[in-house]
Amino acid sequence: MSLELLLFLILALIAIASALGMLLSRHAVYAALFLVLNFATVAVFYLLLNAPFIAMAQITVYAGAIMVLFLFVIMLLGTEVLPPSPVLPWQRPLAFLLALGLLAESVYLLFFRQRLTLSLPATIDPFSGPKAIGQALFTGYLLPFEITSILLLVAMVGAILLTRKER
Amino acid sequence: MLLEYVAIAILIALATFIALAAVLMGELFGPKRRTAVKAEPYESGMRPIGPGTRRMPVRFYLIAMLFILFDIEVVFLLPWAVAFRQLGVFGLVEMLIFIAILLVGYFYAWRKGALEWE
Amino acid sequence: MDYALLIEWTLKSLILLLVLLGGFAYLTLYERKALARIQVRIGPNRAGPWGILQPVADGIKLIFKEEFTPASADKLLFFLAPLITVVPALVIAAVVPWGPPVEIFGRRVTLQVADLNVGVLYVMAIASISVYGIVLAGWASNNKYAMLGGMRSSAQMISYELALGLAFVTAILLADSMQLSEIVAAQRNVWFVVLQPVGAAIFLIATLAEVNRAPFDMPEAEQELTAGYHTEYSGMKFALFFMAEYDKMIVVSALAASLFFGGYWGPGVERFPWLGPVYMAIKVIILLFGMIWVRATLPRIRYDRLMSLGWKVLFPLALAVAFITALGILLEQLWLVPLLSLLAAFLTSLLVTRAIWRKVYA
Repeated sequence: MSLELLLFLILALIAIASALGMLLSRHAVYAALFLVLNFATVAVFYLLLNAPFIAMAQITVYAGAIMVLFLFVIMLLGTEVLPPSPVLPWQRPLAFLLALGLLAESVYLLFFRQRLTLSLPATIDPFSGPKAIGQALFTGYLLPFEITSILLLVAMVGAILLTRKER
Repeated sequence: MLLEYVAIAILIALATFIALAAVLMGELFGPKRRTAVKAEPYESGMRPIGPGTRRMPVRFYLIAMLFILFDIEVVFLLPWAVAFRQLGVFGLVEMLIFIAILLVGYFYAWRKGALEWE
Repeated sequence: MDYALLIEWTLKSLILLLVLLGGFAYLTLYERKALARIQVRIGPNRAGPWGILQPVADGIKLIFKEEFTPASADKLLFFLAPLITVVPALVIAAVVPWGPPVEIFGRRVTLQVADLNVGVLYVMAIASISVYGIVLAGWASNNKYAMLGGMRSSAQMISYELALGLAFVTAILLADSMQLSEIVAAQRNVWFVVLQPVGAAIFLIATLAEVNRAPFDMPEAEQELTAGYHTEYSGMKFALFFMAEYDKMIVVSALAASLFFGGYWGPGVERFPWLGPVYMAIKVIILLFGMIWVRATLPRIRYDRLMSLGWKVLFPLALAVAFITALGILLEQLWLVPLLSLLAAFLTSLLVTRAIWRKVYA
């Protein structure tokens, strides 16, 4: 077994364990912290894939900004310990069905992987670093980049409207 | 290049070890004479009133939300700054468009008093 | 895997940590001495000659103090919060180059733990993690002051992170790289503070807020928040919060020196590379003195003004300055950059003064 595979398996275990911890903890703050741990492991996965820029952006944006928002929202609601909530009658069957769909999808992808890799767009040379990412982002992926700004604008306006004081 | 991150991992491990050792040293050598009064939360010498953690104002939520959006903008600006000499005028114009759209939101937030803290 | 490389990394990490620990201990003494001089006092002078053993005495005292944990606290997070605060403070410095590469036993050794090609983003990522320690300390204490202090400190940190990030952008634009060794190497002839004085000023102001130092020291606003997020902490756990603050001071000074004040460059470094760390240390000490001087001089600003300064003044100014830098590079007229930036800063301060006057005399 190569070192890389060993590292991957350990990380995968941590990622799955932290995701389960997030789902299973009754305590909202702990759930949020498990999610932070999960994001950090995903960042290390990106590192293993030779994508340090994405890894660091993952930590800065997801762990550093979005999870801080989650923590603030938990503090805002003030209900850290959730009471055992009533289960909606159709929730379990629906979840089961969706999980089955995801499983089928994953199996399909795993068996037809060859075709999938062929359709992937050419990646940038991972060793050329942030400069190559900048060039790719601002030439080839220009439209998605500009559309991002509109998404961000909508999110901003939404947040302001939600918290606006009635005069 | 990836090897450099092994050095970071070593540093994180050593730093965690030192911090942990410091805390454990305090736990080990410090006296432990616990009383009920010592274990009360500090509230200027008064008996604490009500729970310690309460619901926080919605302001914090708004600040965190605005922070995420502009943080993403800054993260986009970093690769732009690195590749700027290759992108040239084109790069400047496209980033100006991106920022201009975000600035609409920024001035909206300003007008609506979202940046005000009272 | 090359074992010599592993040994080199471990040694470099250990040296960095020892420098930060020793730096923390003596920075506290330095601050007390400097504050005392400014206030026409003598400062600590009993423990050893000139008080040089004072940090040792303080450390021993803190180890043998009783530690309280409030009965209503969340025990696990209360224990983890100081660790989450201090580890990022120690780890950020990994990418700072302390000198040019040198030869030791025939090996070419870089004087930094890791020369990442995404160095600046690494700094931002680790800095954003350190917010958690403060929020969690406030929440886990289950104390009203701690909770409010933790929330305020963290909201302040994230607000100033934006201006900080944009100040990074100006340095990256000028250096054409986000690798810290290359940013320093690019300042061999001209320091970036000359080309971008406003960017450097924004960096210094934003880092003061980022490390919760005066005049932005919310946790120490005793009149309103007691001791903020570390109200309930005592003994070594409190010492760790203290260490995080002082180590962050050292690290941001080192970063400011690397990004804007020429890093390890100084006369004679080309011929004697070992002078590099000496120049770096001198620059860091001067910047640290600046932080202490500010603390001795300026009163704490009100929390609403603090947030306004971050969001309404520093953030738009930093954005404008970043674009001015880009414009100067595009036109290949670098002399325009400091001129236009200073003009923008001047206009901003005029607007701020006018807004304040209106509020006061309206």
